[in-house]
Amino acid sequence: MGKILVYVEQHHDQIKRSSQELLQAAQKSGHTVAALFLGTHGKLAAAQAASYGAQEVHVLADASLDQYNSENYLAALAQACEKIQPFILLASASSSGKDVFPRLAARLKTGVASDCIELTIQGDSVSAKKPLYSGKCFASVNFENSPVKIILMRANQLPVSAPDTSKTATIQEHVFNKPTLKTILKEIVRGASEKLDLTEANIIVSGGRGLKEAANFKLLENLAEALGATVGASRAVVDAGWVSHGMQVGQTGKTVAPTLYIAVGISGAIQHLAGMSGSKVIVAINSDANAPIFQKATYGIVGDLFDIVPKLTEEFKKVLHK
Amino acid sequence: MKVFVCIKQVPDTEAKLKILPDQSGVDGAGIKWVMNPYDEFAVEEAIKFREANAGAQVLVLTLGPKPRAAEVLRTALAMGADEGLLINAPENLDNFSTARALAEVIKQEGGAHLIFTGKVAIDDNSSSVSQMLAEFLSLPHATVVSKFSKGTDGFVVERDVEGGAKELIQLSGASVVAANKGLNMPRYASLPGIMKAKKKTLKEIEFSSLGVSSAEQKIKFTTLTLPPEKPPAKLIPGDSSAQVSTLVQLLRDEAKVL
Repeated sequence: MGKILVYVEQHHDQIKRSSQELLQAAQKSGHTVAALFLGTHGKLAAAQAASYGAQEVHVLADASLDQYNSENYLAALAQACEKIQPFILLASASSSGKDVFPRLAARLKTGVASDCIELTIQGDSVSAKKPLYSGKCFASVNFENSPVKIILMRANQLPVSAPDTSKTATIQEHVFNKPTLKTILKEIVRGASEKLDLTEANIIVSGGRGLKEAANFKLLENLAEALGATVGASRAVVDAGWVSHGMQVGQTGKTVAPTLYIAVGISGAIQHLAGMSGSKVIVAINSDANAPIFQKATYGIVGDLFDIVPKLTEEFKKVLHK
Repeated sequence: MKVFVCIKQVPDTEAKLKILPDQSGVDGAGIKWVMNPYDEFAVEEAIKFREANAGAQVLVLTLGPKPRAAEVLRTALAMGADEGLLINAPENLDNFSTARALAEVIKQEGGAHLIFTGKVAIDDNSSSVSQMLAEFLSLPHATVVSKFSKGTDGFVVERDVEGGAKELIQLSGASVVAANKGLNMPRYASLPGIMKAKKKTLKEIEFSSLGVSSAEQKIKFTTLTLPPEKPPAKLIPGDSSAQVSTLVQLLRDEAKVL
């Protein structure tokens, strides 16, 4: 039996849902599951790893790892892999994950599959499924010549069951040998929103040109507030400067796969559909019954969004907050 | 000062894709090929850098099958890049082999002071070649960069991360920078630019001459499939109040997503 290493991300000293998914998926494979935590906050979250299926917990509790730095993280991950010797390494396709793991793969002379949505581990063989062309098609990723198969999974793709707090794990702390840095993080400028990022959100409310002007995004913010959703947008309105590029869903923006995607005033250009068609349930609200968005939608409302969206907001408030 | 820009040719975002019968890839027939949209920001930033720094030279580098892949270099040369380098290579090389080949060519050309790439290619969506290239050349890197400037001993960048936050990063010495949308407004190739591009040097290199072994192919895409066809949307009838209450009820009781 080989070892699967899961790189665990934490937020406010709690294991992120995306990492819980990976730990439980690794546990189901029957292999030994090792969890890796970086930084002093990682150390605080490490105690929870056993309840999600880790048998070994490894911590590099160095304060230099409290904030993401590509060179420090690269060195820490390489050192951990050398000590732990996993044959599979699972991590989230987060901002930092997508930044550092390809470089780790190059350093370890091994393969990396990025942005995966399905994971199959059978015995010693592993494969993953990932979208190509932002979801216009899908492919299996098979590894060759890869001592450590590195797989970056998108959030919200795997089930999470309740943690089993009776489980225990061995915890080992390792010394971090710091590299010489050519990359220095000077400052983090916080975003305006404390909401989950589009790529992690469970519910997304997205707006397009049908909203007529930037100020009308307020309608969507209210709707999102009632639902606990994150607000997205089509390329047309990003290019028009109504909202920032970080909110763009589509082939040249973010590819998303929430449980519920509500498209408001978005006609559904092919490059937008590519970015959101992996959503479980899609609601389209549009005045044009022939809009392509209705071909991808689960439920459709043909009508005036300025009439419907405020009513929908009130209805959600009534149903969800009573 | 050599500024390299690594670019890729991809199917146009409007393209409808057909899968090959053996499911090994998409059918290239009838596809309109364009420069990867994020690479346009990379090319633009390199040209701006040259305009601000006398003595800088912009070399655009791509890897792909000839003659098709040469088109993307011509586009970059028409935008204003100085010289093109084409690695004539088979389709479907993976990210590792691609980065190894790019690194070899950059070494053969005497190394780089600065390398730009796009943050992701919109075909395989791997976001990996830039960082792998940086590793093979032992250079610092930054990805998803929406602001770039020259620093005292290197470069200063802003990198977009989750939730609209930005990391302000200082890179020392030669660096690899992966461009995000928002970095700049890429210029169009002007007619004089297109005419000039025809006279610019476009050097061809055979992939097989670069010493990248078959053991450096690490991943392979197989069994390509199109997304499953969805049944048509259930259109909800009635006036807006009825539509809204029916929708919420369906989301709760049928779809069970609330």
